[in-house]
Amino acid sequence: MEQIQGTSQPSVVINWRDPRLYQIVTLGTLLTYGLLWLKFEVSFPQIAVTIGTALLAQYAATGLVGLASFDPKSALISSLSLCLLLRTNDLTVSAAAALLAISSKFLLRRRHKHLFNPTTLALAVVLATGFGWISPGQWGQVAWFGFFIACLGSLVVTRAARADVTLAFLVCYVAFLVARALWIGDPLTIPLHQLESGALLIFAFFMISDPKTTPDSRPGRITYALCVALTACYVQFGLFRPNAPLWGLILCAPLVPLIDAWLPGPRYEWPGPSPDNRPPPPHCFRC
Amino acid sequence: MKRWLLAVLTLTTGLFLWTGEALAFCGFYVGKVDTKLFNKASEVAIARHDDKTVITMANDFTGDAKEFALVVPVPTILKKEQIHVGDAAVLAHLADYSAPRLVEYFDENPCRREELMERRSMDAMKSLAPAAASPRTRDKALGITIEAQYTVGEYDILILSAKESAGLETWLTEHDYKIPNGASPVLRSYLTQGMKFFVAKVNLGEQAKLGLTHLRPLQIAFESPKFMLPIRLGTVNADGAQELFIYLLTKQGRVETTNYRTVRLPEAQEVPLYVKDRFGVFYRDLFSQQVTREHGRGLFLEYAWDMSWCDPCAANPLSAEELRSLGVLWQEPQGRGRNGVLPQGPQVFLTRLHVRYDATHFPEDLMFQETADRANFQARYILRHAWAGTDSCAAAVTYRRQLPERYEREAQTLASMTGWNIEDIRREMHLASQGPIGDEKTWYQRLWGN
Repeated sequence: MEQIQGTSQPSVVINWRDPRLYQIVTLGTLLTYGLLWLKFEVSFPQIAVTIGTALLAQYAATGLVGLASFDPKSALISSLSLCLLLRTNDLTVSAAAALLAISSKFLLRRRHKHLFNPTTLALAVVLATGFGWISPGQWGQVAWFGFFIACLGSLVVTRAARADVTLAFLVCYVAFLVARALWIGDPLTIPLHQLESGALLIFAFFMISDPKTTPDSRPGRITYALCVALTACYVQFGLFRPNAPLWGLILCAPLVPLIDAWLPGPRYEWPGPSPDNRPPPPHCFRC
Repeated sequence: MKRWLLAVLTLTTGLFLWTGEALAFCGFYVGKVDTKLFNKASEVAIARHDDKTVITMANDFTGDAKEFALVVPVPTILKKEQIHVGDAAVLAHLADYSAPRLVEYFDENPCRREELMERRSMDAMKSLAPAAASPRTRDKALGITIEAQYTVGEYDILILSAKESAGLETWLTEHDYKIPNGASPVLRSYLTQGMKFFVAKVNLGEQAKLGLTHLRPLQIAFESPKFMLPIRLGTVNADGAQELFIYLLTKQGRVETTNYRTVRLPEAQEVPLYVKDRFGVFYRDLFSQQVTREHGRGLFLEYAWDMSWCDPCAANPLSAEELRSLGVLWQEPQGRGRNGVLPQGPQVFLTRLHVRYDATHFPEDLMFQETADRANFQARYILRHAWAGTDSCAAAVTYRRQLPERYEREAQTLASMTGWNIEDIRREMHLASQGPIGDEKTWYQRLWGN
């Protein structure tokens, strides 16, 4: 034991309170379930290329930017999310999406924050260019419910710092769906059915809640979540396009610096070794 | 750290260099499934590109033409030129082209194969795998507006909008459109969403004039961002589940539903030879079994293919004229191409979906999206005839020894896919009974032999 403690490096110390560990386990379990039971149309080579490219890109960027240590957690979350959502028949597209996701964290920054959630940006670019697609209807009730419980559990277990943005988005989005159903006289089974999308849960619990892309203050985050939810509703029911929350998040991302200027707050830092940050600014606090 | 990075790098690069071997579909085509095998089946073809949509609704109505009435929610008011009467033969051709199919293979002499193996590499072997008041006043009282009224071919068509669903329901009932009880909330939902109603009846005079004995498919063309198929009116009537075949013609790739699971049917499975004589029943039971496995909630992919070819062909691909008649106009023929090269046919990808739906499992209309997936898929089942020669080389002996195992595997595959009784299958195949699937003896039964 003494020997282990003596040789441990800071970069391999595992901080069990880091919510990203729980997220990795949840996403990994879901991917396994999807592959084995739901026959997700994602191949083993695609998974390996996505995760491999993301880790390599993270490692390369760590060296290039001169970060203190390599931390694979964020890259794993981004690549697992891509594996769960992105469908393509071309391994090059999988690799390009992973590369785009990770490099965007280092290239598209403003005041030590990412401009876009990495997974969202990669998905939006692939969808817009027509090289891939998302299959939001492929989940089924059992997987959706299990995943929902796991996601809620993650909020409780990890006391996630950005649960407010997830909850605000879900409350607003669900309220809109229910209000619309009541307005047009649809039974409530329809909004419930509309919520049964695994893609929506990944979006709400893993993408919009990314502390690196959300406003710093709680009022700012709630404002931001409402903007995303309303934009998503417009894309879904006004433009009749699929993957509406994703487009809502991309369109609203440029609002974050404005919201931060209007409603400033303390900056978030991941617990433990920082994965992709340059040294934090003096006003940062650490959880 | 470096070591695992090297491993990741090697794996990632290796996967790029690795190319899966393309398996050619081959074998002799022996049969296909007729859509009429399914009760209460409707067929719809949708051609769509850049929001321009053409829907062709097949009409297999066989009763008295007087009784025929069709009510379809549509997103816009349709002009007369947007409504057309199509050719039933084209839709039938589309159904035949994309039908689930049965192919057969004949095993070759294993002795000769053994010789071949000696000469060729193992790679070559892979390719052997198979791959009352005045009408207007009354309408006003009910809040109904007849937006347009046309006679197209043998059909009288009205485009209706309404202020409220109860009025619309009353109007439809008064005009002999058999609207099931409880349709009012569904009508209301469509009306609030700004949809209009396309209603059609047969004009008996026109039908007699045209000398038609059957009803031709109705076609509507419109431009709308909504890529969907309204099915809710069909579910109001609680008279069991409805069967629907949807043929989607697009430019880019396969179409899937965004609000329900789109599931690929089991394909390329080897089944016992006796299935050849009852392929229709086999496929019907297989489909029902898959519906049950998905808890009645999925749509099933039966065919996804680039329409320029097929392998094996259940019917020839549709001609450019046939495709155009279904609404494929994204690649107009442009005469002779440069340097005398003939212009290419339209780039069309066909997706055939099959769904069994009811109100409980399908509360919402079907919403679609076109994907970039151009991978081919077909519901294809294989009959593999055993080699019947008398050679006695070592390979032939091994081949004969392995046959019972293969027959048993085919029996179990068939039982699993269709839900048929395994004992009945074995009896049909003249196989010795091995007990039901999964009925293996426990360790203590094996211990004491009881």
